[in-house]
Amino acid sequence: MIWINQIIQGVLLGGYYALIACGLSFMFSVMGIINIAHGSLAILAAFALFVLADQFGMSPFLALVIVVPAMAALGWALQRLVLERSARAGALVPILSTFGLAIVIDNLLFEQFGADTRSLAPYIGSFSYDSWSLTDDIDIGQLSMLIFAAAVILLGGLQLFLSRTPLGRAIRATAEDPDTVGLVGINARRVNATAAAIAMATVGLAGAALAMRATFDPYAGAPQLIFAFEAAVIGGAGSLWGTLIGGIVLGVAQNLGAQINPQGFFIAGHGVFLIILFARLFWGDRGAWFLKPLRRA
Amino acid sequence: MSGAPIEVVRWSGLSIASAGVAIALIVALAAGPLFLGANAIDKLTTLFIYVILAVTWNALAGYGGLVSIGQQAFFGLGAYGAVRLADAGISVYPALVVGAVLVGLVALPISSFMLRLKAGEFAIGMWVVAALAHLLVNLDTLVRGETGTSLIALNAYAAEARHALTYWMALGAMVALIGILFALLRSPLGAAIQAIRDNEEAAAAVGVRVMRTKRIIFVLAAFGVALAGALWLATTVTFQPKTYFSVQWTAYMIFMVLVGGLGTFEGPILGAVLFFAIEAWFGAAGVWYLVGLGAAALLFALFLPKGLWGWADQRLGLRLLPVGRWLKIDGADLLATPEATEPADRSSG
Repeated sequence: MIWINQIIQGVLLGGYYALIACGLSFMFSVMGIINIAHGSLAILAAFALFVLADQFGMSPFLALVIVVPAMAALGWALQRLVLERSARAGALVPILSTFGLAIVIDNLLFEQFGADTRSLAPYIGSFSYDSWSLTDDIDIGQLSMLIFAAAVILLGGLQLFLSRTPLGRAIRATAEDPDTVGLVGINARRVNATAAAIAMATVGLAGAALAMRATFDPYAGAPQLIFAFEAAVIGGAGSLWGTLIGGIVLGVAQNLGAQINPQGFFIAGHGVFLIILFARLFWGDRGAWFLKPLRRA
Repeated sequence: MSGAPIEVVRWSGLSIASAGVAIALIVALAAGPLFLGANAIDKLTTLFIYVILAVTWNALAGYGGLVSIGQQAFFGLGAYGAVRLADAGISVYPALVVGAVLVGLVALPISSFMLRLKAGEFAIGMWVVAALAHLLVNLDTLVRGETGTSLIALNAYAAEARHALTYWMALGAMVALIGILFALLRSPLGAAIQAIRDNEEAAAAVGVRVMRTKRIIFVLAAFGVALAGALWLATTVTFQPKTYFSVQWTAYMIFMVLVGGLGTFEGPILGAVLFFAIEAWFGAAGVWYLVGLGAAALLFALFLPKGLWGWADQRLGLRLLPVGRWLKIDGADLLATPEATEPADRSSG
């Protein structure tokens, strides 16, 4: 029974991973950039929510109304000021510039907030631990369920947005060929900036989910980036739904690992990532990207 | 040598002179423990380790086009290997080298699948490898988790002898690695690795063995970083996994190489010296110092991707330790054009 519980909790945890991976794989699929500052930006959003809740007494859910648009604006600025210029300089420069950015964000947060770990759990009352009991051994946390639902809605929404709206089509076209879209009247720079804004808005939501369900500190960005990357690569089927599957695989592996050994949580997570990578290398397409560019969204 | 109207040149008067100065400097440094104080010896040892980190990361990223954010994996494993081997009774200084060689061997199977990843995937994939290596080392009871352990065997040496030995070893390792890289980059393999960096498909098409070439540079970089980690252990004695497997080591490497000059031979050495000086002056500023390092890396990546050395090289044609070739037509240098600074290597492939 305990194993079934671990699997169920792992699936729910996977919802969070899908949420944080969504922006990373979206940005990669549109612009071909892996943003190393992705996790640090999620922590930045978490601290912004924390300040609004702690200093201004806002409900974290209400504070999202401010933080998500602010993150979107930040995404736009990030694209215009850093990513665009980096991407022009070749495939390696975006890695270096966003890594530098991550160091700046982490340490500015540390300067401002110190080493204490924080959580938004105290600001959402009993919602952080309310749960539905399925059996004596299995409880489903309401917050985990909400995060999972948010991930499904977000991924489904993004999918619909990409396939059904004019802007979504423009984003897909730009991902396909940024030079040619200019010929049909699409401003590739603006489309990319919009895509970055959307990606960062999802990072804002992911930061909120992390801050409510767990604790965070200024240097928590790096592990979030790694989890997001692992979920995106495990899923990596070219569609955003792959990301949800990737998140679930990662979450279940971690929870089962934790059941075996106290350190097993992380070891199993990284292990399953490397095993899947390994398997794809030898049975899949060799030397191809594992995060797929958007084709058939 | 003025006969031919067109000739391909590797050495200039300036670079022969600078190579001579470099050799003289190495000889002077080798005599260091005879006249320098303990503090200066320790500082210089640290500098040598930084140079090793910078030149190996540059070999990987600047020449091989492989940006890794996980080199701390090898730094930590190098130190761990030394702890393990010393515990098994191997004499401590040989253990540092043997440990690094073993890490190089471990890097071989890692390379065979990590090298199939591209750009950002390779960068973060290496970070995952580092995180996993850290967790696995923590499982070893000898290390006692994050509490860590010490290289107790070093106590067999008197303090002064230990500092001098570590110094000589760090100096020797640095000189050897720079020498190996210099020879490697001037060989056909150097041309091959840069061809892969610039265009992998095109390189493969003209017969470069892509995987083998990348693997050589990857394993060499892993070995160098592992040696640096082992030497760091010899200077600090304590081994705490968290410190050694920290991503800050890679952050330092990136800073040194970006500021000094990514993809230039001399740049990373300059970057290491600058980093060493900046750390001495501003290291006490703590968090703001780290913010500054990150911001510098960001700005250099955006605005001066070839670093200070690349910038100076383009203007002045400074080539003190040349790994490339350049053309002289009727005795006139063609270095003034930026394009002529790096490329002509293709001819040796």
